[in-house]
Amino acid sequence: MKAIVNIFLKEGVLDPQGKAIHHALDVMNFEGVKDVRMGKQIVLELATDDKEKALKEVQQMAEEILANTVIEDYTIELV
Amino acid sequence: MKQVAILQFPGTNCDLDTQYAFEKLGCKTAIVWHKEKSLPENTELVVVPGGFSYGDYLRSGAIAKFSPIMSAVVEYANGGGKVLGICNGFQILTEVGLLPGALKRNINLHFISKFQTLKVVNNTNEFLQKCEKEEILNIPIAHADGNYYIDEDGYKELEENKQILLQYCDSKGDRVVVNGSVESIAGICNREKNVFGLMPHPERALETILGSKDGIKMLEGLIA
Repeated sequence: MKAIVNIFLKEGVLDPQGKAIHHALDVMNFEGVKDVRMGKQIVLELATDDKEKALKEVQQMAEEILANTVIEDYTIELV
Repeated sequence: MKQVAILQFPGTNCDLDTQYAFEKLGCKTAIVWHKEKSLPENTELVVVPGGFSYGDYLRSGAIAKFSPIMSAVVEYANGGGKVLGICNGFQILTEVGLLPGALKRNINLHFISKFQTLKVVNNTNEFLQKCEKEEILNIPIAHADGNYYIDEDGYKELEENKQILLQYCDSKGDRVVVNGSVESIAGICNREKNVFGLMPHPERALETILGSKDGIKMLEGLIA
């Protein structure tokens, strides 16, 4: 089973990289983009097939190292 | 003679400058490899120096916080021991939870490397005890992730407890935006005032011929 962890800066925390991308899109005349947020994706190949156990473990990984919860939010998707 | 322990992670690159600084000030220093599980006996100050521990992978300081030596540093700090984090060291101390807040990518996304004027906001702590309140210091900065973030409640606490050490300012002392930091914060300490973190590099400001010796009075405060 794979766990896909997406990490983004929290709403309300200014995202300088997202802002720079937004600016570049404007310069390129891509109109109608209201906001850009940039994050990172971490894909974990897990040994287990137990969804509940996997979710619990990946949640712990996200809290302890993958994300800095002072400034970042994360989502976990199991596939 | 004060005993100073200077940590070294893979990617640390200010360890020898920091060692030079504290030896120049008359201290006995030990470079401590991150795989060590304990600090040298009689350590009176721990310095987490600047650099790019683990190549800044994941987030600056995120991997270093799990190095074996960091458990010893957390225990040392919780027991009242003095800890100073400079630049990447500041990032590591926020990641490990010894200091509040976090450091984000600079607002202009550039790596900023230059001399920068700083204002002493509070000097009621050991680190800045030799500086005057509102004094303007000239100290080099060199970082890509120095954009200090803390939420509003956290900021209020910092202000009330006089935990804000330094702010980026111009030569007249007026606050300036350098990297996007909340309230232009350049350095803070914990509530107990024994753990200090700052983005600027006092160990690079020891000789007039190299631009400034304002770093001396900062570092001297910790070994007084």
